[in-house]
Amino acid sequence: MSKQHIRATVNGDAVDFLCEPTTSLLNALRDELRLTGSKEGCGSGDCGACSVMLDDKLVCSCLVLAPEIDGRRVETIEGLAQDGQLHPLQRKFLEHGALQCGFCTPGVLVAAKALLERNVDPTEEETRYWLAGNLCRCTGYDKIIRAVLDTAAELRQERLPA
Amino acid sequence: MTKQDQIATTEHRIVGTRPVRPDGADKVTGKAVYGADFYLPGMLRGAILRSPHAHARIVSIDTRKAEALAGVKAVATNADFPRVEMDEIDAGEAGINVDRAAQMCLARDKVFYEGQPVVAVAATSPEIATAALDLIEVRYEVLPHVIEIADAMRSDAPVLHDDLDAKGPSNIAARLDSSTGDAEAALATADVVATGRYTTQAVHQGYIEPQACVASVSGDGQAQLWCSSQGAFMVRSVVAAITGMNLADLRVTPLEIGGGFGGKTTVYLEPVATILSKKSGRPVKMVLSRDEVFRSTGPGPGAEIDIRLGATKDGILTAAIVDMRYQVGAFPGAGAGAGVMHALGGYRIEHKRVTGCDVVSNMPSTHAYRAPSAPQAEFAVECAIDDIARQLGMDPIALREKNAVRAGDTSFSGTPHGQIAFMETLAAAKGHDHYSAPLGPNQGRGIAAGWWVNHGGESTAMISIAEDGTAVVATGNPDIGGSRASMAMMAAEVLQIPMVKVRPIVADTASIGFSMLTGGSRTTFATGKAVSEAAAEVVEILKARAAMIWGVDASRVEWRDGEAHCLADGRDEAPLGIKEIASKASKTGGPISVEKSVYPHDAMPTYAVHICDVELDPETGHVGVTRYTAIQDVGRAVHPSYVEGQAQGGAVQGIGWALNEAYTFNKEGRVDNAGFLDYRMPVASDLPMIDTLLVEIPHPTHPFGVKGVGEVPIVPPLAAVANAVSAAAGMRMFDLPMTPARIHAALNAAG
Repeated sequence: MSKQHIRATVNGDAVDFLCEPTTSLLNALRDELRLTGSKEGCGSGDCGACSVMLDDKLVCSCLVLAPEIDGRRVETIEGLAQDGQLHPLQRKFLEHGALQCGFCTPGVLVAAKALLERNVDPTEEETRYWLAGNLCRCTGYDKIIRAVLDTAAELRQERLPA
Repeated sequence: MTKQDQIATTEHRIVGTRPVRPDGADKVTGKAVYGADFYLPGMLRGAILRSPHAHARIVSIDTRKAEALAGVKAVATNADFPRVEMDEIDAGEAGINVDRAAQMCLARDKVFYEGQPVVAVAATSPEIATAALDLIEVRYEVLPHVIEIADAMRSDAPVLHDDLDAKGPSNIAARLDSSTGDAEAALATADVVATGRYTTQAVHQGYIEPQACVASVSGDGQAQLWCSSQGAFMVRSVVAAITGMNLADLRVTPLEIGGGFGGKTTVYLEPVATILSKKSGRPVKMVLSRDEVFRSTGPGPGAEIDIRLGATKDGILTAAIVDMRYQVGAFPGAGAGAGVMHALGGYRIEHKRVTGCDVVSNMPSTHAYRAPSAPQAEFAVECAIDDIARQLGMDPIALREKNAVRAGDTSFSGTPHGQIAFMETLAAAKGHDHYSAPLGPNQGRGIAAGWWVNHGGESTAMISIAEDGTAVVATGNPDIGGSRASMAMMAAEVLQIPMVKVRPIVADTASIGFSMLTGGSRTTFATGKAVSEAAAEVVEILKARAAMIWGVDASRVEWRDGEAHCLADGRDEAPLGIKEIASKASKTGGPISVEKSVYPHDAMPTYAVHICDVELDPETGHVGVTRYTAIQDVGRAVHPSYVEGQAQGGAVQGIGWALNEAYTFNKEGRVDNAGFLDYRMPVASDLPMIDTLLVEIPHPTHPFGVKGVGEVPIVPPLAAVANAVSAAAGMRMFDLPMTPARIHAALNAAG
């Protein structure tokens, strides 16, 4: 099998790499681009640790083939902080102690950002269902949910009309 | 007593606050390097061929075709491990049997469970390594298998190992018996007796990060390992023993660990990667898949527990007989020992008999899972206590208060209990508004208590003061849930400098003295003690250096607000800060650095009481947890957010254990649910907020009053949920997990 040449935009940067037709986006991100912030917890789309944005859609990168991203945009955890400034979600996760081992955290943050971009005033229930695809075994989710809701509250305040 | 009451004390400036953890920024930006995130130039990728059979003799292994495949650089079997005549080594929490650990890395002449590793390959790409596995020919003689406890104990059961049972070949690996008084006679005269057979299934720790490592062996026999584990020194001990290396020739660097819960207190990959690297001469990376994690790493054991518990009409527990059988898997693993110790250890019961045995069967060898073996035993006891309370019409917390152990009572080890806080924890639960909140239709409330012994263990800490007065704190304990924060906080507290001036690291095995692994709820307690004592010695050095600068006796220097103050008569010296003293270190005696090793034996048990509300759908048997409160004695919460997090995470693991989680096996003895879709751990939408109440009764002899907090939170939930479900269903539920199908069937059977 010959390798395929893929060109895409990852976290705003033009990238290109060679991969097997069967390589997952997750493995391409990790092994080819060395963006190891996206994690493999299951490889079957059940845990959400590999969550990334593909164009404007939240996906498990372990379920996407790398050749599918040709010509498209990918946003990973590495693109969440801008110019060295943490995203409000990242800051709130630290303030709330919403991570213990931190392994699920990148996927949870990417998924939570996708939620808040669609709905800046989610209920607790909406937040719990949105994040139901992101397994965390350490926290019991309590502080994760609180951190997301607190971020949403902060974002809404910023958007209040002058 | 609440955490706020304690935190309001002025005793500490930093301990008890909630600063951002020092490793936080890397963990929210994807920079933190976990086991699978490490790469070396020229690195090969390893893969493992596993047994498709639950029980079989290996007749032959032919690897020639695999070795001939282009890109394959090494193939390894158990024969590549030197045969060690070593029994148990002092590693892990309870010692590790080297020969058995080696067989769980690569099988020798028999396979004892589906998924047991048989042959390993290293190749230039993961694809080639996987392709090579298909070229390996293993011939098996399939043997009858056995999975369930009762089946494995039958006289005609297939026997896994000939040498486990001193009474002759059987699957019983250990028998334990702990008795006081005459339990049978006392039961016969008890006013009320609760009886039952309780069952729990094997459950996985469920850490989200699969095991991963990179090994690199040099031509002169020295080697390095980078891996995710609960203890780099444990990895060094086990890998060196299995591969026949000198300990000092093996340097293990801990990478970030993505959860462990006891499951990473042993090794499965590291010896294999080391042998493959030795044979190929190149670094080898190995990463387990989730499927491999479920099939080949140690879950917590299932158990069958028979209990008879007797009490007087006034609610005094007088007698108990508990018999427990633990399903320990292919080799003796996490067995009944801690169950026997913990079953009745929370209560004063005059006449008791606790027996237990470890039963091997053809499933993955079990391993530690958070308070290993205690949740199963205490589940049965806490359900029986609930039944006694119901029979007597007594408040279940009041019943526990009548019987709870307290300071001065004799502990399981025979020594009197110190300042344990079971009574205070029960009182806090009774006073919590959750306990008296109204319930809706189809809802039930359950409470349960739990305790865990906690561990001390060996710890080393090193504190070095840099020339600018900032401090590096190194320990040998992997940070599994925020321990860097607590180490930095305790050091900053003693040095009296801001926490941001203290940077904690987790050192590799060549860079710091021995430290027992992160487990037994011991790190903030024992390693925190090492850090505190090292920091106190640093303060003495700083005072001596200031005395030298001033030309006064060191006894005339006081360390206050992070500065040396001169108390010498007639001297009016401006205070010297840590920065000024450190900058002059080369002129006052050289580097300011202290390494401190401790081995505390005074860890104290901790107690938790959980309140659980459930709502039961009688149509489907589905149970939802509607409210949950975890009340826990924590000694002193160094960083309360991470202590609360331990209580919340442990509670939710326990809720999963109670309601959803279980290994299931098919007729061939293969794991039927080796993935997160079918082995269903709790997700965010299953749960309410998990409220916590930290009861702070400080440990009297720890520098900061710390008690172990990480494990006890998984003990009460099994019974708390079961008691709640039983209340909602109007009948006792004995078997975990309480799936909708099981509850629905029970409701139907009851009409």
